[in-house]
Amino acid sequence: MAEELPGTDVAAEAAGGDAYPAAGGPLLRIEGVAKAFGTFRAVDGVSLDIKAGEFFALLGPSGCGKTTLLRMLAGFEAPDEGRILLGGKDIAQALPHERPINMMFQNYALFPHLSVRDNIAFGLKRAGMARADIATRVAEMVALVKLEGLEKRKPDQLSGGQRQRVALARALARRPQLLLLDEPLAALDKKLRENTQGELMELQRRLGMTFIIVTHDQEEAMTMASRIGVMKSGKLAQVASPRELYEAPRSRWIAEFVGDINLFDGESKLRDGHRLVIGTRDAGALVVAEPREPVGAGRFSVAIRPEKVKLSRRAPASEAGRETAINTLDGVIADICYLGGTTTYKVKLDTGGMLQASVANSARIDVDAYSLNQHVVAWFTPDDCVVLPS
Amino acid sequence: MRKVSRLSRFNIASLALGLAFLYLPILILVLYSFNASRLVTVWGGWSLRWYRELFNDRAMIEAVWMSLRVAVSSATIATLLGTLAAVALSRGERFRGRTLFSGMLYAPLVMPEVITGLSLLLLFVALNAERGFWTVTIAHTTLTMCFVAVVVQSRLGSLDRSLEEAAMDLGCDPVRAFVAVTLPLIAPAIVAGWMLAFTLSLDDLVIASFTTGPGSATLPIRIYSEVRLGVKPEINAICTLVIALIAVVIVIASLASKLSSSQGESAAPL
Repeated sequence: MAEELPGTDVAAEAAGGDAYPAAGGPLLRIEGVAKAFGTFRAVDGVSLDIKAGEFFALLGPSGCGKTTLLRMLAGFEAPDEGRILLGGKDIAQALPHERPINMMFQNYALFPHLSVRDNIAFGLKRAGMARADIATRVAEMVALVKLEGLEKRKPDQLSGGQRQRVALARALARRPQLLLLDEPLAALDKKLRENTQGELMELQRRLGMTFIIVTHDQEEAMTMASRIGVMKSGKLAQVASPRELYEAPRSRWIAEFVGDINLFDGESKLRDGHRLVIGTRDAGALVVAEPREPVGAGRFSVAIRPEKVKLSRRAPASEAGRETAINTLDGVIADICYLGGTTTYKVKLDTGGMLQASVANSARIDVDAYSLNQHVVAWFTPDDCVVLPS
Repeated sequence: MRKVSRLSRFNIASLALGLAFLYLPILILVLYSFNASRLVTVWGGWSLRWYRELFNDRAMIEAVWMSLRVAVSSATIATLLGTLAAVALSRGERFRGRTLFSGMLYAPLVMPEVITGLSLLLLFVALNAERGFWTVTIAHTTLTMCFVAVVVQSRLGSLDRSLEEAAMDLGCDPVRAFVAVTLPLIAPAIVAGWMLAFTLSLDDLVIASFTTGPGSATLPIRIYSEVRLGVKPEINAICTLVIALIAVVIVIASLASKLSSSQGESAAPL
């Protein structure tokens, strides 16, 4: 299939034959873009480069400006400040129909008076394509999203999943340089959403197209995107790969927004080589690895993901014979949450705080499972801790 | 269950009464238009005599023709202007005085017709316009435009704005997006608005009598002046024809809207 829809062909066609400087520079460059509605700064100085062929996710809570940013890329809003360069050309003030960018709308925005075929052909007719070519392209798109046999149906005769496919086919039909997806899976139920995530990723790889997706669902962003930009109050808080975002969040807010996390506030007390000792109120003194960017003295938060926390009945030193610079915390099981694949234990620490530990249920019959009020030792290594400025 | 059936018997009775109240007078009118007797209240057997006399009554036929011309042209102009006003109000940028404009647009809905008629008469006199077909048409356009605007605006309001955005995204400039997507979707409302304007214009007596001139009476004016001298059976005949015309229009309109909805149009009920 990759031969049928090569990426270079896509770019050239959508630009009306113009050769784009694809080599080297980014496909899309957003430079200091800002947009205010009244006194509310929806997007506040965002700069971002997106390479050709990337699957980029804009992630953030509702009202963080991610949709406004996407709408500026599509041309439905004009930025107050900044530039949007597509292949080196500033398109910030161009109208939607002048951009080689297409968008898939959150509610799909299918034309209710047109059939599936006419919906997909809509953009092709506008582009002045020959009738025969339109028919070929529509058939190709219908096959791509597996909608064969439904070409003559109207949108209200389709299921939610089928509508989503029509919307995708319609947005892809013009072979845009950049496809924008606004919460494309929000209207689907969980099972269908997971299948569609896989299909979208496969499609993106096969077409070699650049996708920018907007979502508030961090799992969705982590699953699909090769890079994620987390937005908060109109600003980009962090741009990173899913792994980096999860394992090395840049701030307390990001750490809490992406996945579950244990956070302990404290002050740095002592430096020992690459190790830092931070005295926390709720968990006592914790030994952590020094972050890549050295930190001075002051207040910090120590962050540990629940699945990095191990539980055992006795202190681990005697169990595993590990090195001594390990954090061990005594406590009792206060809450058990069985989730199928994992079980989340809430441990009430003797030092006062609460600690979440996520344990994989690797055996069907687990005689070692902990029970409520049982005394346990929770432990984790210094490398599993992330030090964040408070 | 028993409660439901008791309630439905009450419903049937009230429905029958209501329908009788609405349609009995019309039924009597239609029946007496086929009366052979000259006396309106005495039944003298079946006859088409009054229809024959009607078609020989040049003044009456001219009034019918005048009314139809006024209704068609004023409804068409009102639909055009009303649709534009509705689009401006629901789609345009938030301009200054928008609330005032929409309030003013809807004023004729609640304005007593006598006042509308009188003010238009004063305007035409001041402009020294010759009163006749055009003055009535303009007056009726003023009256019916707001009804069209209301109908079209409610349809536009229920329409998803992202449809137009999708059209623009797929290569339409704003005007083309409107023509290719919005217009087909609000067409049922525009047609309904036109028919509303048409019937309002056909029906109007007050404003027409203020704004018309000698020799160009509309049908309601003609009927009214005839009735003042006593009801002639001929009036029953012309009224029956008007009722038949309106019935046909309504049937066509409902068939058209049914057809468009069966084509998969998820139109909001008008």
